[in-house]
Amino acid sequence: MGDPTFSFEKNVETALGDTQLRANFAFAMSTLYQKRKAVFADEAETERLREIGNAVRQRALGKLPELLEKLEKKCTENGIQVHWAETTEEANRIILKIMEDHQARRMVKGKSMVSEEMHLNKFLEEHGKEVMETDLGEYIIQLAGETPSHIIVPAVHKNKDQIARLFHEKIPGAPYTEKVEELNALARKTLREKFQHADIGLSGVNMAVAETGTLCLVENEGNGRMCTTVPPVHVAVMGLEKVVEKLSDVPPVLRLLTGSATGQIITTYFNMITTPRKPGEKDGPKEVHLVILDNGRSAILGDPELRQTLQCIRCGTCLNHCPVYTRIGGHAYGFVYPGPIGKILTPQMEGLEKTGGIVSASSLCNACEEVCPVKIPIPELIRRMRNESYDPKGTVPGHGYKWNLPEVLVWKIWALVNRFPRLNELAVKMGGLFGNRFPKIGPIKQWTRIRTAPRLARHSLHELVKAEGVENE
Amino acid sequence: MDKRYPEKPNTVYFFGTCLIDAVYPEAGMAAIRLLQREGVRVVFPRNQSCCGQPAYNSGFPDEARAVARQQLDAFTEDYPIVVPSGSCAGMMKRHYPMLFAGDRDLNRVRAFSNRIFELTEFLVHVLKVKLEDRGDPVQVTWHSSCHAAREMGVTEDSKSLVRQLKHVTLTELEKERECCGFGGTFAVKQPAISAAMVTDKISDIRSTGAEQVLSGDCGCLMNITGAMERGKVGIGGRHIAEFLWERTNG
Repeated sequence: MGDPTFSFEKNVETALGDTQLRANFAFAMSTLYQKRKAVFADEAETERLREIGNAVRQRALGKLPELLEKLEKKCTENGIQVHWAETTEEANRIILKIMEDHQARRMVKGKSMVSEEMHLNKFLEEHGKEVMETDLGEYIIQLAGETPSHIIVPAVHKNKDQIARLFHEKIPGAPYTEKVEELNALARKTLREKFQHADIGLSGVNMAVAETGTLCLVENEGNGRMCTTVPPVHVAVMGLEKVVEKLSDVPPVLRLLTGSATGQIITTYFNMITTPRKPGEKDGPKEVHLVILDNGRSAILGDPELRQTLQCIRCGTCLNHCPVYTRIGGHAYGFVYPGPIGKILTPQMEGLEKTGGIVSASSLCNACEEVCPVKIPIPELIRRMRNESYDPKGTVPGHGYKWNLPEVLVWKIWALVNRFPRLNELAVKMGGLFGNRFPKIGPIKQWTRIRTAPRLARHSLHELVKAEGVENE
Repeated sequence: MDKRYPEKPNTVYFFGTCLIDAVYPEAGMAAIRLLQREGVRVVFPRNQSCCGQPAYNSGFPDEARAVARQQLDAFTEDYPIVVPSGSCAGMMKRHYPMLFAGDRDLNRVRAFSNRIFELTEFLVHVLKVKLEDRGDPVQVTWHSSCHAAREMGVTEDSKSLVRQLKHVTLTELEKERECCGFGGTFAVKQPAISAAMVTDKISDIRSTGAEQVLSGDCGCLMNITGAMERGKVGIGGRHIAEFLWERTNG
């Protein structure tokens, strides 16, 4: 996004001070947490499934260039037109061109995080196009002029009352109502009209099957199916990592995706799109396009450790389980992908220096790693981001931006003290004698914002052990 | 989690942790006494310092490795190494092999990591301790560090020791597996988020009605009790070793 005014710390203070926001997140996240727990109640079975998910994703990434070529070949054979975009700018231009080729003015959109990554709506609107989000959550935030605060449930930061007010204000002629059925009916009525008149439909892709050239799309509202079948042209956008090798890879990944995301065994709709409308068929789009976006992904692929970031199937469960995300919400992260996965993905795409504090916003509690359906070692990769932040010889964009002599010296001295036992004993001894009189500055100041300062013991364990006659060589 | 426990050994090493050394030495002494009471010889290598986790988690792997190597050099004999912290144990057991990937010491590190045991799992599975409670009735709650739970998998072992004490009522937290907001340097690098987390943890602790919160990790304890003290909550916190020793000795 590159917002020059982005300050993670400021966003955090704002988010933590917003009691309504915190209540909305706490409620929604605990609901999703419970739902996931219910479908993955059998620990051994879940672990087995996660192993499969991990293997499927690793295998796909291990031969990604080959699979992408195969996907393109199969899609082309099936009549799907494939486009490659190295940058989001290129992807936006490709989609604009498709629209212009068809004199298309009105687009209906299913949920797509890649399109958020591209800031597609803004781009198309600047070029005089009308873009309508049709996923209910996306529709809500589009009305509010906001960005998604969650990968799966983009309007999760809003409660029912806030949505009721929003609809009343923004939908022409909408009466004020807090009844969920009536709110749904309001959205449905508006959106149905848009579907009827849309010139083009856009969707994301949850998985693309290389073997058959099939685009898989998971959704619950049916709007995704409408976007991909009603308008005469369908454009699907995907990140280049979203490929699986075989059709038989789909069931385990699908099971993991829906179970992790919303606690469902399967979603209400699951679309497998392989061709445009064939001669003699009565419905379906006449043209299907697939835009495959790189935007830094192939660079990530080149590093065997970082590559694991690309295993992600965008289920969002790491967000729901993160003690940081569930308290500050998605907007605080300032970029498209929030939460634990955002902490490792965003810096690699945007550069460490731009994403700033988000890499330090983890207590490394490992909750994300424990639930990740494809077993991405997120805490390890967060550590890698931290290492890279200080490493002038690193490889992630923006590496070394945090290198500064005072902090580097602190750790060098720390290492020195801890490598020389007598020095360590002396330091602890001095700490015990004088440490409690240190002025409360720096880290101690931060610590004592809401806590008493640690009280250094008069006699260290090293000293007690000696005094008590425990063997100490 | 793959776990294997040895037969009861004659001798164990004790790794005190840097935090216990400087701030909670009594917890370390209590742990040593618990081990000695089971008839085990306890050796405390004087040259030990810190497991290296502070640097490892803060973006300074070279410094972490240098300090970790110091521990390899300090614990040379083939004794089990008992650690009164799930977090430091997790660092030495699970993370050392990653920290030393491709290093000349990797084989030595693997052998070292295999010898690491968290205190309560060692008391339960290797020493098979039987505790006799001599204290007054008290209601407590248990806080598990994230690494005790997720890297070492010892939460049930710790709680089983507390449950052996007849006059102690253990009331569990509603969100036992949620982080208290310590996270080492996280607490001072992201003080606002950390504060929100520990505040919620304290609400959870209060709603159990416990008089004391017990834990196997002094980092979490320093965070939780520091915030409770500042907020005048009136609930104390103890390391499990100190609590067990006090209630069963005398």
